[in-house]
Amino acid sequence: MITSNLELIPGKRIVEHLGIVQGSTVRAKHAGKDLFASLKNLVGGELKSYTELMQEARTEAVERMQAEARSIGANGVLNVRFATTSITAGAAEILAYGSAVRLVDA
Amino acid sequence: MGALLELGWFLTLLAVGYGAGRILERRHYASIRRRERELADVLAFTMRFPPKTTRAQHAFLVSGTVVVSSDYFKTFVAGLRRLVGGRFRGYESLLERARREALLRLKQQARERGSALVVCVRFESTAITRGRVPSIEVVAYGTALVPQPR
Repeated sequence: MITSNLELIPGKRIVEHLGIVQGSTVRAKHAGKDLFASLKNLVGGELKSYTELMQEARTEAVERMQAEARSIGANGVLNVRFATTSITAGAAEILAYGSAVRLVDA
Repeated sequence: MGALLELGWFLTLLAVGYGAGRILERRHYASIRRRERELADVLAFTMRFPPKTTRAQHAFLVSGTVVVSSDYFKTFVAGLRRLVGGRFRGYESLLERARREALLRLKQQARERGSALVVCVRFESTAITRGRVPSIEVVAYGTALVPQPR
């Protein structure tokens, strides 16, 4: 499975377009880590637990998108885009979407 | 008496936010500059198409994420700044740091998987505010290419 945000892959040829596939997940951190993050708000800087959360969530969203692509017979997802929306304090939706395609070696 | 205590507490928070925030920012900048030199050979471009001369053996998605938060002092000054408008340097540097950090993580991921060329890099940022202090998520993503050996 080739996943890329390019519109074409050098050395590959698109033989079939299979439509949009997407994967999303909504995540929140548990209260303990949330409390620590609010202490961190005093001095500023990176909120590591949140970075981790977002990274995990993004991986998960991509995996779900790939699973959907596989289920319709694609072997690649091109032109992938990400979007993040904060739903309430401490919870966010991460969305990955792209075009499912079948690729062969050019 | 109560009001005086409250004022004291507020000023303490302000001072801690200012002092610690500044030190952390300076350290972060030093670390960013060092890693930027280390990763200078991993190239990243924003163009939509891969270079015509590259025949890729692999292509895969790489990303770098960072969530940063403002500090107590910056948030307070931002509140004052809103009254008069204009440029707010405190937040500018915060976002710049976050973006450079995200790009560094993207490059690091590309290198770990054997690539030295990332194309179609996109930045995205989302405010995930918690209470009064804003936090911002910055993500950089792109396609890493591994060229075929000639």
